[in-house]
Formats: sequence, C-alpha cells, structure tokens
Amino acid sequence: MRAGTWQFSILLKLSWRNLWRNRRRTGIMLAAISVGIWAMIFMTALMRGMVDDMLAQGIRNLPGEIQIQHPDYLDDPSVVNSIAEPGGALLETLQNGGARLWAPRIRVPAVIASERESRGVELIGVEPGVEQQISGIPGRVTEGRFLESPRDNGLVIGARLAQHLETRLGKRVVIMSQDPDNNISERGYRIVGIYHAEIAALEETRVYAGLEDLQKLLGIGGRISQIIVYGEDYGNVDARYRSLAKVLPAGLDMRPWYRIDTYLEAMYKMMDGFVLVWVIIIFLALSFGLVNTLVMAIFERVREIGLTQALGMRPAQIVVQVLLESLLLLLIGLAVGNSLAIATVKPLESGLDVSIVAEGMAMMGAGSVLYPTLTLHDLVLANVVVIVLGILTSILPAWRAARLDPIRALNMH
Amino acid sequence: MAWRNLWRRGRRTWLTVGAMVFSNILLVFSMSLQFGSYDMMIDNSLQAYTGHLQLQNPRYLDEPRMRYALDDVSGTAQLLRDKLGLQSISARAAGFALASSKERSFGLQIVGVDAAHEPLVSTLPGLIRQGHYLKPGGREEIVIGSVLARNLKVEPGDELTFLGSGYDDSFAAGVVRVAGIFTSGINEIDRGMAQINLGYFQQVFAMGDRGHSVVIRAPSIEQVDSLAARIRALGIVDGNKVVLRNWEELQPGLKQAIQADMTSAWFMYGVLIVLVAFSVLNTQLMSVLERTREFGTMLALGLKPARLARLVMQETALMTALGLGFGIAGGFLLTWYLSYAGFSYPGMKEMSERFYLPDRMYPALSVLSLTLGPSIVALGSLLASIYPATRLYRLTPVAAMRAV
Repeated sequence: MRAGTWQFSILLKLSWRNLWRNRRRTGIMLAAISVGIWAMIFMTALMRGMVDDMLAQGIRNLPGEIQIQHPDYLDDPSVVNSIAEPGGALLETLQNGGARLWAPRIRVPAVIASERESRGVELIGVEPGVEQQISGIPGRVTEGRFLESPRDNGLVIGARLAQHLETRLGKRVVIMSQDPDNNISERGYRIVGIYHAEIAALEETRVYAGLEDLQKLLGIGGRISQIIVYGEDYGNVDARYRSLAKVLPAGLDMRPWYRIDTYLEAMYKMMDGFVLVWVIIIFLALSFGLVNTLVMAIFERVREIGLTQALGMRPAQIVVQVLLESLLLLLIGLAVGNSLAIATVKPLESGLDVSIVAEGMAMMGAGSVLYPTLTLHDLVLANVVVIVLGILTSILPAWRAARLDPIRALNMH
Repeated sequence: MAWRNLWRRGRRTWLTVGAMVFSNILLVFSMSLQFGSYDMMIDNSLQAYTGHLQLQNPRYLDEPRMRYALDDVSGTAQLLRDKLGLQSISARAAGFALASSKERSFGLQIVGVDAAHEPLVSTLPGLIRQGHYLKPGGREEIVIGSVLARNLKVEPGDELTFLGSGYDDSFAAGVVRVAGIFTSGINEIDRGMAQINLGYFQQVFAMGDRGHSVVIRAPSIEQVDSLAARIRALGIVDGNKVVLRNWEELQPGLKQAIQADMTSAWFMYGVLIVLVAFSVLNTQLMSVLERTREFGTMLALGLKPARLARLVMQETALMTALGLGFGIAGGFLLTWYLSYAGFSYPGMKEMSERFYLPDRMYPALSVLSLTLGPSIVALGSLLASIYPATRLYRLTPVAAMRAV
C-alpha cells in the first residue's frame, strides 16, 4: 500500500513535469479548454436564466402553479362553468399547509366599451389582498391604484387597452358580460387604476375587478371560476398536487401548470436536454485538440518511454502517467474556465438588458431583461462531462504509448 | 512540398482536419435548420393573415380604431391589381363586436373581406373545417374560428347576432348565418376572429366605401422589397392619408424573435469556430517547432523567411481545404437526408405551434447555409496559423540548426 502511494506520487510528479515541457502547446490547449468550459457554463447560465424567467412569468400569467376548476371551464371559460368556493376537506388542506398561497378567482369573457370604442376582454375578479403574489399586477399599476377590497367597485385596466378605448384614469366604461341565464348583465365602472404588463397581448385583454363585486354583477352568489394555488417551487409541484388530489371533491378538475400550458412544459423539459447537447458538442470540438496534444506529447517522448520501459516501468504505469497528464491538463483548464465563467456571469446576474428585441422575447414568453442563473447542477454537469469524457478519449493514446516495444522505441529517432 | 509536410504526421493532420470537418458539418446542419425555420416562420405567420405588405391609414398601426380608415379601399385594391399585374391583393375592414348565439355571447374581432381575393392573400379561407367559406357578394353570412364556435356552441347554419359601433359611432348590428368554421392552429385567431363580406361590413358599420387595409401578398419573401418600390412608384402612398407597412412593422415580434435567436446561435457558432482555430494553432505551432532544425538548414541554404512562412500558410490552406471539402460534403449529405426525412424531438410540437412551425422540421439547404459556416471556419484557421508563421521570422539559421 505504501509502495503504491509512493509510486503514484512519482507518476504524478512525472506527469506534472511532462505537462510543462512544452509550455506553449500546453498553454494553447489550456486556453482551448478554458474557452470551451467558459462557453458551456456561460451559455447555459444565460439559457437557464431565460427559461426560468419564462416559466416564472408564464406561471404568473396563467396564473398559479395549480388551478382547480369545473371540468369544462378550460375549454369553455363561461360563467356557466363556475364552481362553489372551496369547503370541507379541500378548504382545510388549503389553509393548513396544502398551499403556500391560494385564492379564489373569477375569469369570464366580457366586452368593455368606452364612449368611442369597444373591445372583447377577459374580466377577472380577484381578492386584492393576495393578488400581488398571484399575478404581480398590483405592483405594475402605474397610474391610480389597484383595487382595495373584494367589494371595490372600481376597475383596473391595461395601458394599451386604455389607449385603444381612448379612455383614461377616472373615466367611466361599461362592462357587458353574460350571466348564467344567458342574459347580458351590464354596468358602468370607474377606472381606478392603469397597469403595464410585460406582454402586450395580456395588457390589452385582462381587466381586473373585485371578486365580490363581480359575483354581484354576474348574479352568481358565492360561486367562482377557479381556485389558484401556489407552492414554494414550481419545479416541485407534483407532491403538492398529490396531496390536494386526495381531498379534491368529485366533479372538479385540477391541473398543475405544465398541463395547463404545454408550451411551458416543453420549455421546462427541453432545457435539460439542451444543456447536455450543448456541453457535449463543445466537448467534441475540444476532444480533437486534446487527443492531438496527447498524441504529440507521446510521440516526442517515444525514446524516453522506451527507456523507462526498459528500466522496468510497467505498461499500466505508463497508461496512468499519460492519463494523469491529461487529467492535470483538464483540471487546470476547468479551474480557469470555471472561474472565468463565474466572473462573467456574476456581474450579469443583476440583469442583462435585451430590450432591443423585447417584442421577440415576449413572443417566446420572456421579459426584456435576462437574468443569467448559475446553478450548481449545470456547473457540476459541465465539469463532470468534461472530466469523464476527457479521460475516456485519452485512453486510446495512453494505451498506444504503453504498447510501444521498448527496443524499437529506443532505436527510433 | 506543403502537401508532403502535412503527411509527415498523418494522425495529427487527420485529427485537426477532423475537428474542422466536425464543426463544419455541425455548422452546415444548424444553419440550414435555422435559415429554413426562419423562412418557414415568416411565411407561415404572414400567410395566415397579415400578408407581406399592407396599405393603411398612418395612425391605424398604433391605434387600430375604426375611424383611422382608408378611402375607397376596394377601388385602391383593384387599381393595385391592375397596375402590378398581381392578383394576391385584397381589401379589408375590421371592427369589434359582441357576437351572441342562442346560448352565449363573446366579444370578437370582425373583419370585412373581399371573398373573391381573400383566399389569394391568406390561408384562413383554405382552413375551413366545417361548412364553406364566404361567397363573393354573399350577405348575412359569417365564418368564425373553431374555438369561438365551440364557445358560442354554434355550427354551420346557426344564426349569430352581432353588436358593435359603426364608423360614425352609430349603433351597428346584424343577424348572420354561420357559413363555415376555420381552424388555423393560432389560438388568437381561432378564439377571437370572424369574417364577413366587405360590402356587408361597410353597410352595417356605416363605412361607405372605406376600409382599414389593403393586404398584399408577394409571390415570395425575396420580392417584397421590389414590390414595395413598385407600389410606392404608383403614387398612391402619400404618407399623409395612406402609408405602406411591411411585415416587419406589422409583426415586430416575429423579426425580433428571429434576431434574438440569431444572436444566441452566433454565440454558439463563434465558440465552435474559436475552438477549431485553437486546434489549428496548436498543430501548426508544433509542426513549426519540431522542424526548427529543418527550417534552420533551409534558411542557411538561402531561403527567405517569407518563403518559409508561405510554406506554413500553404500547409494550413491545404488542411483547411480538406476540412472544408469533407465538412461541406458531410453537412450536405446529413442535411439533404433530413430535408427529405424530416426530424422531430420531444416537446417540439408545443414549441413549434408558438412560432407557426410544423411538427416536423425539414432543414432547407441553400448555398448560403452550406458555405457560410465552413468559410468562417476556414478563415479562422488561416488566421490562427499566422502566429506560428511569424515565428519563422525570428529564427536565426545557426541557432535553429543547433536546436534539438
């Protein structure tokens, strides 16, 4: 055992010295590995940040990590497909840790008309107290105020909608919607607040009113369209979903976010695949250089390897020595590349402004500021892939070096 | 001589060429895919409804209100068709209305179209799944999106009433029969759009001969600019009452989504190219260093350093040519195969719907996508060999000949 450790430390020393025999070559290879690793991590952080933002925003726009509604509601979001407010076991679970946050919500199609124009909109009845955490809209009100209570009889609309309607804060508009008996209920509302949303289409279509006020307008008593549920982390929605499913009354439909919006689900799933493909492509481009460097390093030392073999070094030790050399090269490259990546991502974490292409980003569902996110998972993945595949590709040149015939090698010029 | 020098270290040369071939194939493939899908994105989204160019009232784009209209919209469309010799030009008018069936009411965008020419500018009329499209001149009939039809619980033959306000703020109302139901796959359109005949629209909404846009579909995206120039030359577009909008103005999100994607793609290509350049740099530097003695001898024999530098560059050029040749050939074969077979990956259906793409991808080969990436790789490689070549100028014959 002692002999083994001693031999290993000798081999390590040999590999380390061999590495620096040709400083220029090693330097270039190190630069290549560092750039490769940097690109892997930097790009991944950028994409991860964008996808996280898209998902978080997508879920805020739904809104909710979980939605509970009438089975026909998502297909036909009419007031007819309303549900009773949660009660019994469901209410108990929601209140006692089944949700970090939950709220009832009404959402029905309606027509809004000013003196000049009219538009089709989604009329949303909310509990103003928790709405900031549900959709974030109260924080986006730029003129006037958000609703103050579920009984508030004001209306909050988007800036673009106000522009289309040629109306403004303090003006009256008429809301027309359908009650459960297919009569048009109609009422005047005063605009008490105007908000800006990141996605223009939502700003044009979503109109907010007090929950109880809307129940009165629609004549539906205490009924609601949906129950919105938030947990701590959208990535871990399944456990919460299962615990709620146990107490869900029959005849209600409950869905996690990824089953409400399949685009979000696709984004979520594709991200991990993308990271792996990107890391492997970069590695392949690097591997040609790595093998090349090792082959050259061995070729230069053919006589020397022959000599050490003649002096009694075993082929396995030569393999280990070459692999160690490759490992050292990779480790230094990784260290430089990782620090470079962390150094470039960290200052950008406070946000990278991409508002030149804001509308394009909106089309993809992302905001106009990118927040690169460095996750331990991605960092580890990139490093592990490079080390494992790097060692694997070094085996062939190492094995060839070990198979050299000592006599021939010594006589080679 | 350069050629022979290359094969003195066959494996090394092949590895370097291999790196070039690998990245060239990758570049050809992903650029073909990228350009192909951009074209498809543009085509599919513009053909669905927007068209390549539109004549509009200057204020209509930012504030799509009924009163920002064009005068004599059908006449203008007819004039354009005659002067340009192009049939795919159609007039439209648009407004908002509350549509009610027996059971339900929804707000929707209602568009007055020229039923004879609309099928030439938009794919919607061809996407009727139930019933039929509007008949030219037909009155009191309407086609609506499939989601809207489901929400309103109507089928072809059922009656709808719609209520809106007209051009002069008067009350606009009509009773129409559902002629057909279309499914475009674009949620906004399927959920909130209906079309009726332009003449009927103008009458109900008290528009007179006015409308809101003349939609022009160019035979191909490449011809949009020349077509726009020809339209401008006709003198209809005065900038005062009529402006010409191209698709980039009509759908700014589309252009920007492409730009954002382009930027991230070029970052990836850049990294690949830099890595290949490092590989070439390493190879050429090594081959220069190990031949120090040889070069020393040649210098002593009277060769100029410039001649030797040219030799090294020639070696790189040959290597690059090999990488270029094999890379383009490989990339061509891969892309060509996939452009027939098509390919798909999990989750693509959901992604592609968002960007107006089909479920399977068919990369499009073009001269540009085939040569752009590889030529940049080649350029990068040649640049990378400048450093090893300049080292030759620093050699002194005597010292070099003594080097190991």
